[in-house]
Amino acid sequence: MKSTGYSIHVSNLVKKYGDFTAVDGISFDVKEGEIFGFLGPNGAGKTTTVHILTTIIDKTSGDAFVSGFDVSKHKDEVRSNIGIVFQDPSIDDRLTGYENLELHAMMYGIDKATRKRRINEMLEMVELSDKANVVMSSYSGGMRRRLEIARGLLNEPKVLFLDEPTVGLDTQTRRHILEYVKKLNEKYHLSVLLTTHYIEEADYLCDRVAIIDHGKIVVCDTPQKLKEGLHGDIVKISFKAEKDAKFIQENIKKFKNVVSIKVDEADKKIVYLNVKSAASDLPEIIEQAFRSKLSITSIDIRKPSLEDVFIHYTGKSIRDEEANPNERIQAVIRSRNR
Amino acid sequence: MNRDISVIYVLWLRAMKRFIRSPSQIIGSIAMPVLFLLFLDAGFGSLATFLHLPPGVSYIDFLVPGIVGMSMLFAATTSGISLLWDKQFGFLKEVMVVPVRRVSIVLGRVLGGLSTAIIQSTLLIIISLFIGFKIPSILGILITYGFMVLIGIVFISLGLIIASFMKDMQGFGLILNLLIFPLFFLSGAIYPITVLPTVVKYITYINPLTYGVDGMRAALIGISVFPGYVDALVLGIIAVVMLALGAIAFAKGRIV
Repeated sequence: MKSTGYSIHVSNLVKKYGDFTAVDGISFDVKEGEIFGFLGPNGAGKTTTVHILTTIIDKTSGDAFVSGFDVSKHKDEVRSNIGIVFQDPSIDDRLTGYENLELHAMMYGIDKATRKRRINEMLEMVELSDKANVVMSSYSGGMRRRLEIARGLLNEPKVLFLDEPTVGLDTQTRRHILEYVKKLNEKYHLSVLLTTHYIEEADYLCDRVAIIDHGKIVVCDTPQKLKEGLHGDIVKISFKAEKDAKFIQENIKKFKNVVSIKVDEADKKIVYLNVKSAASDLPEIIEQAFRSKLSITSIDIRKPSLEDVFIHYTGKSIRDEEANPNERIQAVIRSRNR
Repeated sequence: MNRDISVIYVLWLRAMKRFIRSPSQIIGSIAMPVLFLLFLDAGFGSLATFLHLPPGVSYIDFLVPGIVGMSMLFAATTSGISLLWDKQFGFLKEVMVVPVRRVSIVLGRVLGGLSTAIIQSTLLIIISLFIGFKIPSILGILITYGFMVLIGIVFISLGLIIASFMKDMQGFGLILNLLIFPLFFLSGAIYPITVLPTVVKYITYINPLTYGVDGMRAALIGISVFPGYVDALVLGIIAVVMLALGAIAFAKGRIV
């Protein structure tokens, strides 16, 4: 099929499980060579979308094309053009790192000489050459992830899917993996679809980000434009008591120039005010707070972050998800169970 | 290299590597049949006159085909477990996104499971030689291996069919236990089906393992309920049908 300039084209994609709609009519395009991020909490429909695009499951309705091929009608063509790093580990524990890569390359029909060269090249890139002949069960979580990324690239895909590639990893390893992805994208002009619920990850890595919640894309743009979309500044005010925070939320009309207000869900003494300009609006806000006998303990001013964008569009902080103890336990079980 | 052939080879190679790297599993899987062989022979060996075995043929010779059938049955069902294992630990997804026909993936899995089952049963046969089992002829043992292959295909496919639609291993284990023992006891593995009450006898006729055990007996000791070629034909047809059903179930089954 002819190149359309788009690596992924999705329109009105729907996936239903009985009465439950996991993916609710999403549409988006990923340009060639672009790193596109899916940002959203767990259960938002990110992985389901990736599974549809990678031919693991069938869609209910809508259109989805990868590298110009219909994911329902031309599965093999789609499969030939993609590399995938799944959310859950998908390596064979009883085999060595090299063997895992070799079996993968063999399944994709790569001849022996090319195989050897590419495996060594990939191992080098993810810095696992010295661990090549070690059985996977003695790899750390970060090493497994890196090996899976290497594996996903062996068949020279045009589009790389990374489904929560850094979940359950420590900060340093996460940063490491993001660097690889960036390097790959530049070196091979690879299109990347990345799902994540780490804001910094999307902000750091992605050319464009789609914020997805309850199976719908709520907004999609470059991180820069998304942040600019929230005009002005974010003023974070900590009060002495929760009732003060509640008061300001209820009487927001008294505070001029406040575009929107959000009370922190974890610490209800904290509010975030989106104002046009902190420099000119803050004195009035403080004055009004003083008149209303609210006691402020601290004030912080910052430019809107992607986190604020997320809060603005979904009405909740993604941090709640990150701190979800269940998820941490799952991550531990995932790495232990292997 | 053709990708479909590669995938079959890779999945077979993987099964072999995994098998060789887990000696405990090899020992564990042949321990049970060996114990059955020892205990049943010890208990029934001297009582077996009612079988009217020809001179020179002892109960152990009668028993070995039955226990080999059991070993094939047990080993074959482990490949269903390995499918669930791969589902749970993600390797299945890695295989399912390879651009090949689903039937190649099924064939690779069946071939891998079959090879491990045959190796295990071969070890069992070698051990049985030390307990008094006698191999009558090269042809006899070759035919026996033919039947072993067919038994393997039938029950590996059965395992694939059940495992394709299941997610958790506990459920699979329950279904397996409910199936395996009736299949084993109602196959004539330890006593001839001719001594069974008529109703039960008819049940054994729908059990594929019956034809496998009977066929191996025809080849090894010349005693069988049906002529050997009938056993081969019936079991062969069942094997082809089950393999086809297994391939369909696998293609339609859930991956995640």
